[in-house]
Amino acid sequence: MSLGPYANFIATSYLVVLAVVVLLIGWIAIDYRAQKRRLSELESEGVVRRSGRNMTDKT
Amino acid sequence: MTLIDLANPTRFLAFTARLLPWLAGVTAILLAIGLYQSAMAPDDYQQGATVKIMFIHVPNAWLSMFVWGVMSLAALGTLVWRHPLADVAAKAAAPLGAAFTFLALVTGSLWGRPMWGTYWEWDARLTSVLILFLMYLGLIALWRAVEDPSRAARAAAVLTLVGAINLPIIKFSVDWWNTLHQPASVMRMGGPTLDRAFLTPLLVMALAFSLLFLTLHLAAMRNEILRRRVRAMQMIHVAQAGQRPA
Repeated sequence: MSLGPYANFIATSYLVVLAVVVLLIGWIAIDYRAQKRRLSELESEGVVRRSGRNMTDKT
Repeated sequence: MTLIDLANPTRFLAFTARLLPWLAGVTAILLAIGLYQSAMAPDDYQQGATVKIMFIHVPNAWLSMFVWGVMSLAALGTLVWRHPLADVAAKAAAPLGAAFTFLALVTGSLWGRPMWGTYWEWDARLTSVLILFLMYLGLIALWRAVEDPSRAARAAAVLTLVGAINLPIIKFSVDWWNTLHQPASVMRMGGPTLDRAFLTPLLVMALAFSLLFLTLHLAAMRNEILRRRVRAMQMIHVAQAGQRPA
């Protein structure tokens, strides 16, 4: 597969898309862990939701 | 489980926990197929190999508008039905929409330089998409600036619906004005003008990116629900601390 004289433009386009998608996935994964950790901390401090549900259940 | 059941945040979280791994797997497989087909697609007789940029530029451009459309529906859900998940859906979608719009602008610019001889032209299509990107950033800033989620939700919903005016402007800008950007070649009256060798990988990539958005959106919505629970618990925590005797 030859990309011709504009190979740099094509490769850069795909790399930029890859980088942004990886950043989005990483950001969402890190945010999820942070929220779950904060919920666990609050629960361990004895804070209970008004519904009385466990904060760190599977939901 | 019915659709109405998913309107409950707790049930929504349970549903996404089961669905997300499968959705991510299907998205990855479809992206791999789309990328392979894009790599194997022949060169265009005029554009040469730069036509391969189309396979990532067009899906991102479609999603940049589609995500705002999703947010507009969610805005109606916030303003009309005052549903708690509606604002969660809109807030979670905004950064994703901004990212897809950014990618549409960057890949379009990288495609434009070899084909048009310039990275940027202030024509109607490019400018209206840039405005869409700025509107995404404005909405994100609004959600961050207003601390009370319900007040932020209403303000963001109104802004989203006002901003939806830009969607038909983007879509029809190439027909209404004389632009450097080419007119529609897939979603047009009379059917696509693209050859099957280009259309098939383009549609596969469009489906893959749409599933990518769905996967990331559900995951981001899950995070936003958890963030609101953290906030509610922190407020209870502060209130409990205030009631304790000194």
